[in-house]
Amino acid sequence: MTLVATSPKFKENAARALADAQLQKALGNVRVGFIEKRLKAAERLPEFEALRDSARDIKNHTLAHLDLYLERYEKAVTAAGGHVHFARTAEEARDVIAAICTRLQAKTVTKGKSMIAEEIGLNAHLEALGMEPVETDLGEYIIQLRNEPPSHIIAPAVHLTKEQVAEDFRRVHTGLDKSRDLSEPVTLLGEARQVLRRRFLEADVGITGANFLVAETGTSIIVTNEGNGDLTQTLPKAHIVLASLEKLVPTLEDVSQILRVLARSATGQDMSVYTTFSTGPRRPGDPDGPGEYHVVLIDNGRSAMLGTSFQDMLRCIRCGACMNHCPVYHAVGGHAYGWVYPGPMGAVLTPTLIGVDKAGHLPNASTFCGRCESVCPVRIPLPKMMRHWREREFERHLTPATVRSGMAFWGYFARHPRLYGLATSLAMHGLALMGRAKGRFRWLPGASGWTKHRDFPAPQGATFQERWRKERRTRRAS
Amino acid sequence: MTSARDEILANIRRSLGVTGREAPRIAAVDERIERAPRGVVPKRGQLPPEERVTLFKAMAEAAQATVEAVPSAADVPAAVAAYLRRHNLPATLRRGADARLAAMPWGETALEISVGPSDGHDLNGVSHAFAGVAESGTLVLVSCEDNPTTLNFLPDNHIVVVSAKDVIGDYEEVWSRVRFKEGKGLMPRTVNMITGPSRSGDIEQVLLLGAHGPRRLHIVVVDE
Repeated sequence: MTLVATSPKFKENAARALADAQLQKALGNVRVGFIEKRLKAAERLPEFEALRDSARDIKNHTLAHLDLYLERYEKAVTAAGGHVHFARTAEEARDVIAAICTRLQAKTVTKGKSMIAEEIGLNAHLEALGMEPVETDLGEYIIQLRNEPPSHIIAPAVHLTKEQVAEDFRRVHTGLDKSRDLSEPVTLLGEARQVLRRRFLEADVGITGANFLVAETGTSIIVTNEGNGDLTQTLPKAHIVLASLEKLVPTLEDVSQILRVLARSATGQDMSVYTTFSTGPRRPGDPDGPGEYHVVLIDNGRSAMLGTSFQDMLRCIRCGACMNHCPVYHAVGGHAYGWVYPGPMGAVLTPTLIGVDKAGHLPNASTFCGRCESVCPVRIPLPKMMRHWREREFERHLTPATVRSGMAFWGYFARHPRLYGLATSLAMHGLALMGRAKGRFRWLPGASGWTKHRDFPAPQGATFQERWRKERRTRRAS
Repeated sequence: MTSARDEILANIRRSLGVTGREAPRIAAVDERIERAPRGVVPKRGQLPPEERVTLFKAMAEAAQATVEAVPSAADVPAAVAAYLRRHNLPATLRRGADARLAAMPWGETALEISVGPSDGHDLNGVSHAFAGVAESGTLVLVSCEDNPTTLNFLPDNHIVVVSAKDVIGDYEEVWSRVRFKEGKGLMPRTVNMITGPSRSGDIEQVLLLGAHGPRRLHIVVVDE
């Protein structure tokens, strides 16, 4: 995959995505599946809303004491025979990982799904050093074959159809019978299982992400449905865990609270199939497990988010519910966002990590419908934070001139309420008169951005404020 | 040159406006880790033992596991042999050295038993669970000398034995039991929480069983 952000070209990306019939077909699967499953899972658990509050409070408490919990965590990992490596930047993280792999003379490195690995561009780095990184999550494996970044944080290949996957498998799995039937997902899964089983067994190093780190015990936790993360971390000589700082939680009880909202919000399962708690390397007498256990703790911009209006974003547990419920994501998919993290959480996080000058379009790609916040398991005020970014963009004069002059124009009227009332009344009554015959406009001067794609309904006559005043008068009179 | 560690901690402290030496903050962290308060524990699993096992079975089945109950540990080998026959699977089985499994009368069946971790060529494996959690039908397996982690993931068919008395209501109870066994702040190398057989929905969001881990998960609850 490439790390070059195409976020500055969001508008072009979005236009292309909207015209891509295959992508639109694949995105249909997001619109139907996730929303209903989450709702049902939430409704089955009466304590779900209380658990969301609990999860939010645990994350807030941890972030407010992050320095101390990091020290406790480090001590516990070391006591269990593991190693903690701190990395300020993506580059430092890549170097630490490369040094471990090089020392172990790794040829094949299996990988569990990890968004932070995408963020630091790990695969390209390992390849440049002559190692072969093998993604083992089915979705990640598919996009690795296509040399694409993930388009969703929990369903990386959600933008693809089974026909596209079959084509890739035929192209890459060359040793297999050419006439084999790959028309159904079940045969595709079987083939991937067979191919990857061999890779698991020959891997020298296994790299996973972490959903959580527990300060109390020095434990890292991964949550998967496939079991790929477990084979990745159990079979090789060394297990390397990659985690950004905010993955920390105080205790096993705290993790249990958050686990109850994670899978329900993500896939609508009560629990994901495999929740694995790992503490240190293989112990004396253990019949299996990795000989070495390393944790690479990555800052890459997180410590600077603390204490700012974006601190709440560090509560994110990467469930994907915000994008699953986002009308913009549904329309354009994940790649249009142009960097690692798509959807509402990406629209907030990306500008903090690559700069609002590059990613300023993303917080604007929102209808502010508020569904993301309403489903977020840790109650991150995503729309509010997108507004923060819009304000910063405006303050830094990054907003286009047309938008700025439009805002200034509107601002003038907004500061002169009588003039505003008069102007809108004239406009609405005028439009109502002109559009009386058809009830809609196919074209309006200055509003082609709207009318190019859909008709503009003709107003009924009175403005909202006029009707409001009239209603109030009537109610008072009665 | 400051180390990455020290600089990251310093940055966090600057952002939070703290020094890291404030007594109330240190006390808050010590207290939370020491006391490990339980948060919201769902009522769902808070049941008398028998109903708890019933809920465990129902939840495990909802996660596409199969469940059967046997009266005593001595009945497990016959139940496992019958399960394998029912599914037309070869009469081979790999297990860890776990004493509870070792004590079972495997010799009374025609099963060919091997002991130790899996190298990826075993079709069938059997493990003994540390606990079962009723609220979500989740099995808890811990690694140790006698319980290889590879057995939980490599065989196509994973059979897990759990004692009815180890079927508990919630995850919080798991941690109480782990602390009782290992000591405060200590964990087994690996704790696997397993809820149903392996699956993936990565191709067109169609849910399919048997991604990389076991295609089938069969749970044998020992009632005694």
